[in-house]
Amino acid sequence: MKFKIYRYNPEQGGKPGLQDFEIAAVQPGMMLLEALLKCKDQDESLTFRRSCGEGVCGSDAVNINGVNGLACITPLADLKEPVVIRPLPGRPIIRDLVVDLSGFYQQYRTIKPYLTLYEPEPEVEILQSPEERDQLDGLYECILCACCSTACPSFWWNPEKFLGPAALLQAWRFIADSRDQATDERLAALEGPYRVFRCHTIMNCVDVCPKGLNPTQAIGRIKMRMLKQSL
Amino acid sequence: MKLTSRKFDALIIGAGGGGLRAALQLAQGDASVAVVSKVFPTRSHTVAAQGGVNAALANVTEDNWHWHMFDTIKGSDYLGDQDAIEYMCRAASRVVYELEHSGVPFSRLESGKIYQRAFGGQSRNFGGEQATRTCAAADRTGHAILHSLYQQNIRAKTHFFDEYFAIDLIIDKQGYVLGAVVMEIESGEILVIEAKATLIATGGAGQIYRTTTNALINTGDGMAMALRANIPLQDMEFFQFHPTGIAGKGMLITEGVRGEGGYLVNADNERFMERYAPKAKDLASRDVVSRAISIEVREGRGCGPEKDHVMLKIDHLGSEVIKKRLPGIRDTSMTFLKIDPILNPIPVYPTAHYTMGGIPTNRYGQVVIPVRDTPEEAVPGLYAAGECACVSVHGANRLGGNSLLDILVFGRAAANHIIQFLAETRYHRPLEESCVEQALQRVARWDKKGSGESVNQIKDELKRVMEAHCGVFRVDDVLREGVKKVEALAIRLQDAVIKDHSKIFNTARIEAMELENLMDIAKATVVSAQARTESRGAHSRIDFTERDDKHWLKHSLYFIDGHLDYKPVRTKPITVESFPPKARIY
Ligand SMILES: Cc1cc2nc3c(=O)[nH]c(=O)nc-3n(C[C@H](O)[C@H](O)[C@H](O)COP(=O)(O)OP(=O)(O)OC[C@H]3O[C@@H](n4cnc5c(N)ncnc54)[C@H](O)[C@@H]3O)c2cc1C
Ligand code: SF4
Ligand code: SF4
Ligand code: FES
Repeated sequence: MKFKIYRYNPEQGGKPGLQDFEIAAVQPGMMLLEALLKCKDQDESLTFRRSCGEGVCGSDAVNINGVNGLACITPLADLKEPVVIRPLPGRPIIRDLVVDLSGFYQQYRTIKPYLTLYEPEPEVEILQSPEERDQLDGLYECILCACCSTACPSFWWNPEKFLGPAALLQAWRFIADSRDQATDERLAALEGPYRVFRCHTIMNCVDVCPKGLNPTQAIGRIKMRMLKQSL
Repeated sequence: MKLTSRKFDALIIGAGGGGLRAALQLAQGDASVAVVSKVFPTRSHTVAAQGGVNAALANVTEDNWHWHMFDTIKGSDYLGDQDAIEYMCRAASRVVYELEHSGVPFSRLESGKIYQRAFGGQSRNFGGEQATRTCAAADRTGHAILHSLYQQNIRAKTHFFDEYFAIDLIIDKQGYVLGAVVMEIESGEILVIEAKATLIATGGAGQIYRTTTNALINTGDGMAMALRANIPLQDMEFFQFHPTGIAGKGMLITEGVRGEGGYLVNADNERFMERYAPKAKDLASRDVVSRAISIEVREGRGCGPEKDHVMLKIDHLGSEVIKKRLPGIRDTSMTFLKIDPILNPIPVYPTAHYTMGGIPTNRYGQVVIPVRDTPEEAVPGLYAAGECACVSVHGANRLGGNSLLDILVFGRAAANHIIQFLAETRYHRPLEESCVEQALQRVARWDKKGSGESVNQIKDELKRVMEAHCGVFRVDDVLREGVKKVEALAIRLQDAVIKDHSKIFNTARIEAMELENLMDIAKATVVSAQARTESRGAHSRIDFTERDDKHWLKHSLYFIDGHLDYKPVRTKPITVESFPPKARIY
């Protein structure tokens, strides 16, 4: 199977470019990450992040034939040859497929992604009905892989002001949590023309999320809540 | 060479559940704390834990910590230290409630309380009916816990060093630990982090085996750093093989699947666990189930064209339960096998999973070593917690759901002790340059150019050797050969080279240093296994099939030079009566 993989090493000064790789023994059911590891066997300077190998840690998000995804759960059988692999778009490239995600993490921190309680904590669990808990499904599973935000046009154009789908999904995760006591502050912090409202429901984020989450819907819900609040 | 140096009260190496729980406690205790992790914190392997965390909340069935304590001791095949186990089981409810308050989205019961499911080795009333003790967030409990802990650390303004690789501990001539030498992966620059107290929380070493549920980053770095600091590793022969990894691939299918009512069948469609564990059946302890599967396959009752696995059936649970309680393993099964478990069974086989052994500590998280006549003297300034440590609550076999509990309870306990230690330790001890020499040499060694074997080639062989020579069933001559093979590989590693000598984000160099660590851990494992001439928990010898309490009710200690020492098991709990060794029947 043939691959074209983006290479860039700032130390070597050279221009970035695509390098050809070929892998002979492709077993049925093999995932792209295994292929990348075999390419690295051929040329150990090939650089990418990886850890769990099963789509739960969010390390190995890359751009695969133009679409963001996790290498470890992308079957080779689904890919058109030559498979072109590039780093996630729109982020500074550190080396090869490794991008600088500090801006992405900063946006996550901005929305205060932690349960906030003002009342004294009970000695046991805070009760939550199964229905209330269901509200968190489709939100808490985010693995911070950055596939969505780096596929979002509004995020490319306004990375300083628009929070991006991943951070907004988490913003909603805490607003939606029946236990959280900071809803008003959370909504107030999202005010303004940019932070939320730059989302034009282009849905790129939904298409690429490897966990099947729906940031667009979460953003819609935030907008609704803000509207209700302002009435 | 002038090195950059940073100073903190406490340094935590590792940002998994253990490291992050400790960091949170320290931040609340007003200590300045640095957390170093070779990956961004939420990528740590705690994220992969599925089934849940044990605590006798009694939300579903009657329960109490004392029963949990008994189950844990029995599960450990009586090698667990009973003081530490009592401490852990007593603390369990509190740490789970704390987690809930910090935001963990636990699944819920109709009553609004935390959802609990049955897991292996759990009983009521000291060996009676099945208990329901494992607190779960669907089958993504580790993810839920790790993210919530990271989130609370953002709130606490913990100082994170993300994508920094710890190379070695810094120890002065008097034996005080002064911090660690780390490398910023992005720049390749070396940084010295000085701390009054250092906590190792680097997780397990499943990468010594070929087929494993562990992530590629689980290379036992902290354990190897301890070894190089002349600290022995305890009970390394006890490595847990999880009964239900996806056959041939290794992804985990949580025990929670059997807790929800799934069961194993062989080629004759027989529910074979009924023969091995008449009472607990599929929810017997992991060592018992793993051995049963191995025997079924060895005796020709395996499934598939190669007759090399068994089947895990859950279709009878119905799609609603599976979608609600086990969505993650359904995803995994569909992604990696194209099998929807709602319709068809999952092929499984025992898979390397958990490092029971590790850095010896007491129940305060202090690293303890034998010094002359005292078997357990604290190393000043050094702590360990989580899978890299051996406190020892798991003894010869860990119960499912007890590791998440271990990392939380002892991450927290270690932090509490560190806070006390910091109160008595006003100043950083002076650091002499010679103390960082060893670490710098470790890095410089990989600058070597010329020809030589590649790191990957040796790593592949090591993992195969460990699988063939130190698996579920063990026997003397195969183990001896295993020791020789690992030693030969270690010698070959000395001449290996990497071709990439660049500085920026050089993963080849990181992997080379990780392999050095794996090599030491593999050797510790197979040498300790060869020496223990009995069967206990996960360590099953074909040539010594019985447990031998007379000679072997003791912990192994493996030293870097390859020699072994032993120390007694702590059979005395803190407040309750001791549970003496009994035959282990499920
Ligand atoms: C697939 C799977 C499912 C599991 N399910 C359960 C379950 O349901 N219930 C349960 O109780 N247990 C479960 N376990 C076991 C449990 O999850 C682990 O034992 C536990 O999470 C380990 O936590 P830890 O904090 O010790 O280490 P980890 O979470 O592994 O974290 C280690 C940290 O150390 C860092 N690190 C390592 N080396 C270095 C270095 N050289 N320099 C810098 N940083 C370093 C890593 O970056 C990481 O941050 C499961 C394990 C696996 C593999
Ligand atoms: S729907 Fe909104 S957040 Fe998602 S990609 Fe489009 S603009 Fe970005
Ligand atoms: S929402 Fe999906 S794509 Fe975006 S960071 Fe989370 S898991 Fe990744
Ligand atoms: S390696 Fe963890 S998500 Fe792919």
